[in-house]
Amino acid sequence: MPENLLPTGHRRIEQMRMQGIVKKFPGVLAVDHVDFDVKAGEIHALLGENGAGKSTLMKILYGLYHPEEGHIYLNDQSVVIRSPNHAIQHGIGMIHQHFMLVPSLTVAENVALGLKSSRGLILDLEVVSKRIRELSEIYGLQVNPNSPIWQLAVGEQQRVEILRALYRGAALLILDEPTAVLTPQEVDDLFRILNQMTADGHALIFISHKLHEVLAISHRITVLRDGKRVYSIPAESATKEMLAQMMVGRPVVLRYDLPPIEPGPALLRLEGVCATSDRGDEGLKNVSLNVHAGEIVGVAGVSGNGQRELAQVIAGMRSITAGKIWLNNDDVTSHSPAAMNQHGLSHIPEARMTDGVIKNFTVAENFVLQNHGRKPYAWGGLFMNFRSITRQCKTAIKDYEIKTPSHETPIKSLSGGNIQKLVLARELSRQPRVLIAAQPTRGVDIGASEYIHHRLLEERTKGTAILLISEDLDEILALSDRIVVMYEGAIVGAVKRDAADVRTLGLMMAGSKVTV
Amino acid sequence: MITDILKASVAASAIRLATPYIFASLGETFGQRSGVLNLGVDGIMLLGAFAAYYAVFETGNLLLGVLAALIVGMLLGLAMAFISVTLQAEQGISGIGLYLFGLGLSELLFQKTVVTPTPIDGFPRVNLPILTDLPVLGEIFFHHNLLVYVAFALVPISAFVLNRTTFGLQIRAVGQNPEAADAMGISVARVRYMTVTLGGGFAGLAGASLSIALLNIFQSNLTSGQGFIAVALVYFGAWRPYWVMGGALLFSTVNALQLQVKTIENALGINVPSEFAVMAPYVVTIITLIFASKRVEQPTALTKPFERGES
Ligand SMILES: Nc1ncnc2c1ncn2[C@@H]1O[C@H](COP(=O)(O)OP(=O)(O)OP(=O)(O)O)[C@@H](O)[C@H]1O
Ligand SMILES: [Mg+2]
Repeated sequence: MPENLLPTGHRRIEQMRMQGIVKKFPGVLAVDHVDFDVKAGEIHALLGENGAGKSTLMKILYGLYHPEEGHIYLNDQSVVIRSPNHAIQHGIGMIHQHFMLVPSLTVAENVALGLKSSRGLILDLEVVSKRIRELSEIYGLQVNPNSPIWQLAVGEQQRVEILRALYRGAALLILDEPTAVLTPQEVDDLFRILNQMTADGHALIFISHKLHEVLAISHRITVLRDGKRVYSIPAESATKEMLAQMMVGRPVVLRYDLPPIEPGPALLRLEGVCATSDRGDEGLKNVSLNVHAGEIVGVAGVSGNGQRELAQVIAGMRSITAGKIWLNNDDVTSHSPAAMNQHGLSHIPEARMTDGVIKNFTVAENFVLQNHGRKPYAWGGLFMNFRSITRQCKTAIKDYEIKTPSHETPIKSLSGGNIQKLVLARELSRQPRVLIAAQPTRGVDIGASEYIHHRLLEERTKGTAILLISEDLDEILALSDRIVVMYEGAIVGAVKRDAADVRTLGLMMAGSKVTV
Repeated sequence: MITDILKASVAASAIRLATPYIFASLGETFGQRSGVLNLGVDGIMLLGAFAAYYAVFETGNLLLGVLAALIVGMLLGLAMAFISVTLQAEQGISGIGLYLFGLGLSELLFQKTVVTPTPIDGFPRVNLPILTDLPVLGEIFFHHNLLVYVAFALVPISAFVLNRTTFGLQIRAVGQNPEAADAMGISVARVRYMTVTLGGGFAGLAGASLSIALLNIFQSNLTSGQGFIAVALVYFGAWRPYWVMGGALLFSTVNALQLQVKTIENALGINVPSEFAVMAPYVVTIITLIFASKRVEQPTALTKPFERGES
């Protein structure tokens, strides 16, 4: 039987056990003698702060990294997993924190990638497409095998990743923060699929920073801290508060009180702004919006409804086709990002890896990216003052608890959440009048999220006008004075904090007009 | 009548002159699609041309000449793969190095062996039954040497390999997102070694098509920059074999016309420097690139060495 016609789950993994795993990177002991196991029909969640070593441990299981010490057992047999290819052969699949799809290829081509074809050297995309449709049917994963990946929304791309793992007959599937970029509805869909998979005898490993998700989906929970396993418990006996405390090592506040503030003048104003999206259609339709000093305006919405474009036009990163933008009463329509910065704007971009940092630069260099020519980082706008840069950067690392071996480490070797903290530290250090925070806590652990939230609230008290764009409704509800909802590039509703509840917001996010 | 014959002969020589471009740029297409830019094509062509010429010069065996060019080309391709994939050297610079190496070594070997450019008996034109005797069309399409047909046959074959085979899919994936290919169990290094070696082989054949089929001679810097034109053609043709062939034909037509222009120039006593001919493809390519929007086939990982995050 040709490889790609095999039924899923044909290589059942009754049990996978990792024992005494150690992995070192220059300056970091990323994984420190960790034991971890998962059984067929079970979802084992892996929790931990940013940089705790979750991804590293999973990359070892998937053959991407090789451990310095430790053993892996599949069904009680010791195995050495040398490469992803090897892992796949053993029935292990992985959905990475950053998706591993080739954007220019179609769904079917991405699935066929690396598989043997039933027609020898020649591609058999029809066979692959047919099998994709069958699997879509079985698991209710809707995707068109002929669409190129770049045209798909993130949620759809993730379905492709899952399909691809199922197609390969992955008996054990690792999901590294699969929900970080999904909408609540998409998360529900995903959980339905995951439950179906465990019912079929798959073993699943699930990583997330969202405690309610972990509690809802998993059977067992393991917490890592600083590369060490600190705790493993059955999910029934866990609570949010205790998990938070175990991860961070101290109690964590999960709710905030907003002290009432009399909002000042409107510092950010948009009037009738229109812009084109990357796909070439209308990304922003006639958007008008005011953000006052000392106010947090939350922008809610399902991803891909114009939030990204909104942040980009305000930051000067996307040109607008109509409308006007004012910062501080200055008309800044069609200004460059640098000019926007000068007008007191700070921007925490959504795509922090591409728009927020330069990967090969060090932590310190990234920290002074926009201000390197100004006091206190430079003399006379020409010569960099490295002493001052180092001092300020070290303070930021301490204040924001950024986990890095030193300020001279290249930023690309920091974990995702720590990169986000650095971007935040940089943007807030510039004492902005207007702050745009796009998905500020996406992929960030709860300890750090709490810290970021406190910093945003502090900025609010200082009188900064804050536009908070987030797909996390809990975050929006916790922090915003006012909430606007975006749908298909337009603002479809605005709600005051006290009048907002998850249900009405959810309705508006789905496109129905509601006025409160 | 006279103009008809002139047109036919321009068309026929355009097809012949396209041969080295097609070989070289198809080979380069494979490498670039997998993410490796080989700027050393011209150097490989020169050594391939010399190898083919020398083999035929010594033995008179044309197939041996082709084989020599192919092997020499593949070995140089392998060297480029080693430098760019294993050593992860900067691709642009190593390609220029390879070019200079080929230029110098082919010259040196020629001086040590043959010394004076001596014509050889290269591939003869093939007479096809009926087809060759067709009026006009016969002269344009069916009266060429074997390597011309081989080059044109490689176009659909290359397109098929890239678009319809598992290997082609691997090439495209490795050039677009090597991390993803790696995570799917594909060896990025293996794929790149194969494409760059294959590309070298094609460049060797391009050289052979000059020295033992088109010109039937070897001299210093025989290619006069055609390998660089081939690299430009890959961009011009947006990494698609058929479009690359179109580009090759476009420029070979310009070359063919130039041959005619010489006659006119001589009559009028003016002179267009040949450098313009070498420049032309680049100018045209740059202009095309300015106006072409981002093209889907563009290998996003082009010139970027791949390394897993692990240290
Ligand atoms: N390729 C690498 N080179 C050097 N250091 C690395 C590399 N990958 C990870 N690290 C370091 O190892 C530690 C663990 O990182 P890892 O990515 O496993 O964290 P994580 O738990 O997945 O965090 P997050 O929740 O932010 O994704 C971090 O300190 C990180 O900086
Ligand atoms: Mg991670």
